[in-house]
Amino acid sequence: MAVAETTEGQRDRSARFLWPSLAIPGTAWLIVLFVVPFYGIMAVAFSEGYDILGQPIPAWNPFTWNFTVMGDVIQGSLTGLYQTAWLHTFLYSAAAMTICILVGYPVAYYVARLAGRQRGLLLALILAPWWINYLTRMLAWVGLLQQDGYVNDFLGIFGIGNIDWLGGHWYVVVLGLAYGYLPFFIVPLYAYLDRIDQRLIEASRDLGANTFRTFFRVTLPLSRIGLITAVVITALPMFGDYYTNTLVSGSPSTGMIGNSIEQAILSGFSRPQGASLVLLLSAVLLVFMAYYLILIVRSSREAR
Amino acid sequence: MTAIGIDARGASHAFDDAKTRYVPPWRNPWRRPYFLSTITWLYVLWSLVPVLISIQFSFNDSRSRSSWVGFTTDWYVGRDGIQEGASVVDNPELLRALGNSLTLAVATTLIAVPIGTALALGLSRWQSRTSNVANGISLFPLVTPELVLGSALFLVITTLYTGFVGLGKEALILGHVTFSISFILVIVRSRLSSIGTEFETAAQDLGATRMQAIRTVLLPMLVPAIFASGMITFAASLDDFVVSNFLYGDATNITVPVLLYSAVKSAPSPALNALATLLLIGTLAALLLTYLVLRLRRRGDGGSALDDLASVEM
Repeated sequence: MAVAETTEGQRDRSARFLWPSLAIPGTAWLIVLFVVPFYGIMAVAFSEGYDILGQPIPAWNPFTWNFTVMGDVIQGSLTGLYQTAWLHTFLYSAAAMTICILVGYPVAYYVARLAGRQRGLLLALILAPWWINYLTRMLAWVGLLQQDGYVNDFLGIFGIGNIDWLGGHWYVVVLGLAYGYLPFFIVPLYAYLDRIDQRLIEASRDLGANTFRTFFRVTLPLSRIGLITAVVITALPMFGDYYTNTLVSGSPSTGMIGNSIEQAILSGFSRPQGASLVLLLSAVLLVFMAYYLILIVRSSREAR
Repeated sequence: MTAIGIDARGASHAFDDAKTRYVPPWRNPWRRPYFLSTITWLYVLWSLVPVLISIQFSFNDSRSRSSWVGFTTDWYVGRDGIQEGASVVDNPELLRALGNSLTLAVATTLIAVPIGTALALGLSRWQSRTSNVANGISLFPLVTPELVLGSALFLVITTLYTGFVGLGKEALILGHVTFSISFILVIVRSRLSSIGTEFETAAQDLGATRMQAIRTVLLPMLVPAIFASGMITFAASLDDFVVSNFLYGDATNITVPVLLYSAVKSAPSPALNALATLLLIGTLAALLLTYLVLRLRRRGDGGSALDDLASVEM
């Protein structure tokens, strides 16, 4: 009896240290390489001044934070230098998101609920582009949209002349974004639609609703959360996208805020401006990020 | 499954109705969904055919990436083929990028999987106020746009951490492990919670110590999830562009996606398509392996390994 008590006691004591010590390396890693870097954005955005090489001196002490650059960047975002980039970001993302919803919803719905024997095959086919490198997929379109590419060859059949698709057109950027992010939109929506109870849809039909009424009164409301999730998951990377734009347009006339950030941070002496823009972008996306975070926490609670 | 049942019932339904009265298509819930299936197949073509054409042009017997001349493997293995130093094996820059990408993906997997698995074990059993904070921190990278993570790491490595690490290989590994830990955590923890604590308790009741119970009972049960998260880490690292583009430093440390991005504007040639095709083969091999392992695990309980992959990605 006494022996059993001691082992019990040892178990408890070892347990007190075992689980935290397993969690410590990962947590420490994320503090050093995620939390501190995020603070680093603020330190650079609110930096104290410039060193002799022209690089900003980060203000690690919040009491020395200097908000002049941030003020200028906010001013520039509202009325000046960055205004068009923000406008493009919102308009292009909204347009691309509309295409994602109009194409992605029917596809996800069909594969999840109606595909029958083709379901496995179709699921593999809609998962495939998720794992094909984004740049490979964009590169493919850059080839197709060349002056002598297949798209112009195809349009030539109908007598439509050579079009310079890659010359900096907003609609090519929007289509590029939609093409790029549709797989990331469809898969989470699919996973959600897959879980809707078929009996509810059948009940609606049994009670006399036609296909449209069933869709708008039953299916769509039931899939609301899935739709919001898919929009959030897609919007987060889309708002920060700069590479799609560079590849299919490359023209500053279609530049989005991601392009301004990449330029400011990587190529030049305007890192505080870049860091300020990253902070503004994070603030814009905060609602999306919070929603997604709550969703993950909730689903891991349910699993537990 | 159910859809097949619907089809069978629908056929008889439509037959009965045809005798009695006309039913407009929107009143008949059992008709075949031609409209939706057309959209779906058009989307599948739209999403995949461009990539297939891009692969086709990696075999083009010309410098052009857009008009087809004839078949050759010169862009992969050609020596003095179309142009000296132009094929993947002949061009040190392309070969180096491929090597860098593979090394980076392997290193990332080897470092991130143990850390992420330990974190999942620790956080799933350790309940305290501190663990809640750790939990919040560990999920944040999942919801942070890569542009924010990449620029944050770039800024901190070029300022605060200059004494410890520079842009280049180490920075790339640090960055890739950082975004990998969180999804390894999510995958392993969801498996952990479906296992429950009963097996460990049983092992301990039968005389095993807590460490023995973890090592001999829990870890073997976690192997499929750990393996899947490892393969997905490998594929995600191989495919990453945004974080890599901030951290690679100079041309000697460039990875394939970054090279594709920078070369497409400066010196495009079908060798780039060949490189992209090789990258694709690497990713698909990792995923196929994952799929087969998941299927092996799911054999018997009737679930679909593809569904597992679909839910893993969320």
